[in-house]
Amino acid sequence: MLGLNKKDTSLFLLVLVLVVLAPFLLNPFPENSELAQFNAGYPDLMQRFLIFGIFAIGFNILFGLTGYLSFGHAAFLGVGSYAGVWMMKLLTMNVIPAIFMSVIFAGLFSLLVGYISLRRSGIYFSILTLAFAQMSFSLAYSVLTPITNGETGLQLALDDPRILGVSQENGAIPAANLFGLAMRESYELSLGGWLFTFNAGYYLCAVVMMIAFYVAVRIFRSPFGMMLRAVKSNQQRMNFTGLNSRPYTLAAFVISGMYAGLAGGLMVAMDPLAGAERMQWTASGEVVLMTILGGAGTLIGPVLGAGFIKYFENIFSKINDNVLYGWFSALPEGVADFLVFVIHPFIGKGWHLTLGIMFMLIVIFLPGGIMEGVERIGRLFKRKSSDKDSSARASAAPAE
Amino acid sequence: MDAILLQILNGLDKGSAYALIALGLTLIFGTLGVVNFAHGALFMIGAFCAVTLSRLLSLSFVTIDETQTDFLGNPLKVETPYVEAWFGPETGAAIIDWSVPLAILFSIPIMALVGLFMERGLIKYFYKRPHADQILVTFGLAIVLQEIIKYFFGANPIPTPAPDAFAGSLDFGAMIGMDPNVIIYPYWRIVYFLFAAGIIGAVFAFLQFTTFGMVVRAGMADRQTVGLLGINIDKRFTFMFALAAVVAGLAGVMYAPINSPNYHMGMDFLVLSFVVVVVGGMGSLPGAVLAGFLLGILESFASMAQVVALLPGINQIIIYLVAIVILLTRPRGLMGRKGVMES
Repeated sequence: MLGLNKKDTSLFLLVLVLVVLAPFLLNPFPENSELAQFNAGYPDLMQRFLIFGIFAIGFNILFGLTGYLSFGHAAFLGVGSYAGVWMMKLLTMNVIPAIFMSVIFAGLFSLLVGYISLRRSGIYFSILTLAFAQMSFSLAYSVLTPITNGETGLQLALDDPRILGVSQENGAIPAANLFGLAMRESYELSLGGWLFTFNAGYYLCAVVMMIAFYVAVRIFRSPFGMMLRAVKSNQQRMNFTGLNSRPYTLAAFVISGMYAGLAGGLMVAMDPLAGAERMQWTASGEVVLMTILGGAGTLIGPVLGAGFIKYFENIFSKINDNVLYGWFSALPEGVADFLVFVIHPFIGKGWHLTLGIMFMLIVIFLPGGIMEGVERIGRLFKRKSSDKDSSARASAAPAE
Repeated sequence: MDAILLQILNGLDKGSAYALIALGLTLIFGTLGVVNFAHGALFMIGAFCAVTLSRLLSLSFVTIDETQTDFLGNPLKVETPYVEAWFGPETGAAIIDWSVPLAILFSIPIMALVGLFMERGLIKYFYKRPHADQILVTFGLAIVLQEIIKYFFGANPIPTPAPDAFAGSLDFGAMIGMDPNVIIYPYWRIVYFLFAAGIIGAVFAFLQFTTFGMVVRAGMADRQTVGLLGINIDKRFTFMFALAAVVAGLAGVMYAPINSPNYHMGMDFLVLSFVVVVVGGMGSLPGAVLAGFLLGILESFASMAQVVALLPGINQIIIYLVAIVILLTRPRGLMGRKGVMES
């Protein structure tokens, strides 16, 4: 279907089903139950899953395929956000021009950064991208204040021109919309104890993310994707065969920059403001974490990683000591005190500690991320079912 | 003239910190071939060693002094630090006052142990992994260390004053015959610079003039051959890692009075130190030191009012800009050698 082979088609359909049904799937617990705090089916969080999923898919096209580790991708997301907000200030509150301009500006900026940074490889490349990102971050904070509004962040105002739309509606800033369909509009469905929310913004993100995912699949399976893999496995050998790797890596860099811009544009479409902290290098670090955690170089891994990090960030920050005492109320008081004492550093504000430890464990034991874990478990079951068969295959494997 | 001199002096203390961190980074990279993103965290741990010691020293017990009363008429509770009770009020107060310099002694074993545990417990397993994996795992470690410190010390900067003896400023201009009050320089920054110069000199002397240092240098040049000669080079490299951790820690200890330590100071310095290392040339020790001081001074020149008026924002980006230009024109950095990180 759509030029995908059978395996990719089923993967694509699986993702499609998951994304469309997410408001159900992420709300497994009834509204009033104890476990309702583990629900993730509210629009704000679901939008973040998809937006960071897009960001990570794009990052994966660069890092997963070519092996170039960029530490400055958040800069493109930031540039995209600023471009998006400006479109909404100047043109119209319709999200389409905002998203398009985000992609274009992020693409242009990544073309500039990539053209310079890709002259070097390895750690030098990482440092160069880091330097560019930090530079844009500092500039956004200081000199470019007329464009970026500095520390306050860029926001919409009542007296913005919005030449294609209206400056204000009943004395308020009009809502971001898609041809009249407001992004924050939701339809709530109450079924028994469950409450499901279907949000217009979420489904816009879903459509965009499915397109982004489809493009990524096509890139992975194309001759171009093959070239990028060649860059990763042995760039020298690729050069010996008479191929210049620069155009390929640059194209990959710009594409992933445009994905980051797309994510920035969607962020603006959901919530029309942009701040410089989106460009800080810790934000770039976050997308690296997502990609590695999910599995760099795999199709679905980065999306899983993004969802995983954003979900646990949300849940872990919500849990506090009282919640823990609630859970352990069945245990004797001393034991409960001890457990809460042990767990306390890892929850609430300590979420980053958990994330750091988890990340280290993944890099040490599962360099392929969650996807490698899934694969290993899968292999474990396969081996059990046909033990003799696999031993024969294992002996043949090194010859490959 | 005086303005130029002032900026050079201003750049020296930040440059010293850059140089010390970059030196440690280069030591680790040159010996073990590992890109250590957790080095900034070591710097931060050093600074918090100073905080810890000054807190330990001012641990107090409470006595009720019947002769004095507070404003409600109750007997006054007097807190007396244990140190003052043990050594007498004057010596005790002096010890508390000198807690930051004392923290140097306190931090050396701690940093050495931290470095040792890091290398033996984690980095050891990453020698043969790609550089990207090394960056990622040490990045994770940096987050963990930073969060642990945040858990124990909170998110706010903790002021850690220098001894009173160094509280004032030196009128440097008057000393060299210029108008007084033109070039004023805090004493502690002079101390910091001298200290940094001392440490750098000691590290170089250690590498240059001792047998141990000679073996390490040989190992940096050709690890395999040194190993074939029957020398346990791994053990020596582990020692060098601990040494690099100590250097970063000491830089942090002495930096505590200049900038109140907070949990993310390591990350802030790390990015710049990496830029410094790359500008100096990966794997070159003199390059790291030179680039550290150069960039520190350059940064303070760029923050001069005249320069900022001419090119707004230049003070924020000058280091990165220089790094980009250097990397593109001299890919190996100022003093980089051929064949380092070029596969």
